[in-house]
Amino acid sequence: MKDIKVLGTGCANCKNTVALIEQVAQTKGVAVTVHKVEDPRDIASYGVLRTPGVVIDGQVVHAGGVPGREKVEQWFAA
Amino acid sequence: MTALAIKWSRRNPWGFLGVSAVLWWSLYQLLAPAAEALVAALPVTSESALSHALQFFFYDTPKVLLLLTGVVFAMGMVNSYFTPERTRALLAGRHEGVANVLAASLGVVTPFCSCSAVPLFIGFVQAGVPLGVTFSFLIAAPMVNEVALTLLLGLFGWKIAVLYLGLGLTVAIAAGWLIGRLRMESHLEDWVRDLPKASAEFAAEALTLGDRIELGLQGVREIVGKVWPYIIVGIAVGAGIHGYVPQEAMASLMGRDAWWAVPLAVVIGVPLYTNAAGVIPIVQALLAKGAALGTVLAFMMSVIALSLPEMIILRKVLKLRLIATFAGIVAVGILLVGYVFNAVL
Repeated sequence: MKDIKVLGTGCANCKNTVALIEQVAQTKGVAVTVHKVEDPRDIASYGVLRTPGVVIDGQVVHAGGVPGREKVEQWFAA
Repeated sequence: MTALAIKWSRRNPWGFLGVSAVLWWSLYQLLAPAAEALVAALPVTSESALSHALQFFFYDTPKVLLLLTGVVFAMGMVNSYFTPERTRALLAGRHEGVANVLAASLGVVTPFCSCSAVPLFIGFVQAGVPLGVTFSFLIAAPMVNEVALTLLLGLFGWKIAVLYLGLGLTVAIAAGWLIGRLRMESHLEDWVRDLPKASAEFAAEALTLGDRIELGLQGVREIVGKVWPYIIVGIAVGAGIHGYVPQEAMASLMGRDAWWAVPLAVVIGVPLYTNAAGVIPIVQALLAKGAALGTVLAFMMSVIALSLPEMIILRKVLKLRLIATFAGIVAVGILLVGYVFNAVL
């Protein structure tokens, strides 16, 4: 089970990122929990300057803009 | 289609850039004759109001969209050299003054979305970028952006675009410097002030030319994909004004003799944030009908630089007094720009 957090103050790009991750995880058959982190204090604690940011199991893997589908697929190819 | 373009650009990045540039240039050359032929083929009397409006619409819409695609693509590639992380490292620990100039200039080339304003603000302050310098960046980044500059270039010509660039930078530098002088660090929200200091060091990603092209294409998809409806509606309204509003109709309302026009333009401009791409074509039409350039510039700047949603987002990290000071100083700067231009030109 991968624990995924999407960091962002609630703009459209953040919602699109959540939707994309859920969709890719489903087609790949990977079990995930996706949370949105909207509190600026929590976002700051990851040291991310650009949103949306993506954190998988505590590791920042992406920051700034909706990630490309290929990039998301790589996260789940393990 | 983008997937195919990305694959090609990966295999032969220089070839991709060359062919794209030639294709872009040829399309651009075709615009004027194509628009003329199209309007001539329509059943409207030439030299009528309708024909003027159609001519404007069919020429300017593809022209602006094509310019925007080219500029956004190029800026996407340039942006990949100036990540916010690198900008922060360049600014951290610098003294005010020169740093304000640097921050405002970097604001132009660093990718920025107002939804990132808060994490960016925190990250800058945490790494020891002075408050006023952070503001110079935060004012310039949205105000002097590639979408606004491209629309100005396409619809007003390069002189006004350069003027806007220079004045936008001046307002950002001066306002940030002034905010720094006011020593308002105590008006950050307490938790922001108490955050542990962070290092501005970062590990730069090694990007290939192919990666940068992909980032450029991604920028086109995101930015052009978002603003094109606004541009079409804006140009359609502008076309209507061009064709149907009589010459000099705007002279009394938005002309340079109406002293109240500049502040009014700023007040109307603030809540109009998201429609920046649509507002510029309308404003261009108003200018053609006798509105004063200073009033028009002030209006555009307030639409683009001072936005209500951004201030609400910033409230999470700034106390009300600092937000009010920031908005007040920027508004006064924009007013000055408006008045000076109306007086000089």
